[in-house]
Amino acid sequence: MSNEYMGYFAIFFSAIFTQNVLLTYYLGMCPFLGASREVKTAAGLGTAVTLVMTCTTVLNYIVYKYLIVPYDLEYLRFIVFIIVIAAFVQVAEIVIERLSEKLYNALGIFLPLITVNCAILGVSLFMVIREYTLGLSFFYGLGSGLGWMLAILAMAGIRQKMTKSRVPGPLAGTGIALIIAGIMAIAFMGFSGVIKG
Amino acid sequence: MAQAKTKDIMLDGIFRNNPILIQVLGICSTLAVTNVLKNTVVMGVAMIFVCAFSNFFVSLLRKLIPSRIRMMMEILIAATGVILVDIVLKAHLPDVSRQLGPYVGLIITNCIVMGRCEAFALSNPPVASLIDGASNATGYALVLVVIAFIRELLGSGSVWGVKILGAWWDNWSIMVMAPGGFFVLAILLWVVKGLYSREAEK
Repeated sequence: MSNEYMGYFAIFFSAIFTQNVLLTYYLGMCPFLGASREVKTAAGLGTAVTLVMTCTTVLNYIVYKYLIVPYDLEYLRFIVFIIVIAAFVQVAEIVIERLSEKLYNALGIFLPLITVNCAILGVSLFMVIREYTLGLSFFYGLGSGLGWMLAILAMAGIRQKMTKSRVPGPLAGTGIALIIAGIMAIAFMGFSGVIKG
Repeated sequence: MAQAKTKDIMLDGIFRNNPILIQVLGICSTLAVTNVLKNTVVMGVAMIFVCAFSNFFVSLLRKLIPSRIRMMMEILIAATGVILVDIVLKAHLPDVSRQLGPYVGLIITNCIVMGRCEAFALSNPPVASLIDGASNATGYALVLVVIAFIRELLGSGSVWGVKILGAWWDNWSIMVMAPGGFFVLAILLWVVKGLYSREAEK
């Protein structure tokens, strides 16, 4: 039994640190570069991504296991996954709007963007390829979302500090952001070997 | 006249308005496959096909799609293209397909596909859209091939799987790992933007 819990922990930990979706698989780069100028925006987007990623990974697991595999429709999984994600985002938007205006103001504007965030679809596809179980999928989705949030928050913090630094002209903006991302990726590689995932 | 316009669309997509170097779009998932040149070329071809395919069909259906659900339709059309690519790859290049893993599927959410549909296909006739999609994706693929060439050469000492650099060469293993992709793209951006701004000054 304790072994099973270790498995969950290992997946969760490695999804955040050693196999960070953003820094090792380059998933969700567009919003990472576009929305990382301010810590506040980054935090809102990061929370929204974590929420959607956790829920859609579990939903997609259920749909994949009980609908796609029994009917031999594996080739349709791209379309099915993206529809599940889009539908979930729509429903989440409506629910959040009803539940709390404050939360809606903080997350609402980010939700529509998330449908086309490659990290969300990517995590679902990885979940299928690695043949995770329901529990593992949940922890994998949650960990990946948190890992993504951690990366974009760190990035936004660094970029805010950098607004006063003098960067060579052509490198300013995206170029320097990519170099920071590279250095961050090296730092995250330092976690590998901490846990066997 | 028509020919001049076609040429304009193509040049815009490939050079003047290159999606990666100038607009910095869609580096999301595809950067991940640039540690091996062969996979990158396959991915580039897949990308060109999907982009041209979805641009063509979005443009064909542009008068029928209600604007409220147009994003959803664009995604569905792109997903159809990706499914075709995925099936063909699995049948003819099973090894590459396995190595690319989820990244073929991620073409659906690549910003360039959606971006070109939104910016061009919704307001232009099908053939022009087809060319626009194909040339934008070509510009994109060319950059990826350059990155992959540098990464594979420095990281594994080989090009297209053939050893080029001799035994004296120490592989820079950081190049085939994730940070290498970030660094090579950043330096490439630096060089290209520097050249562009010098040209603009002239």
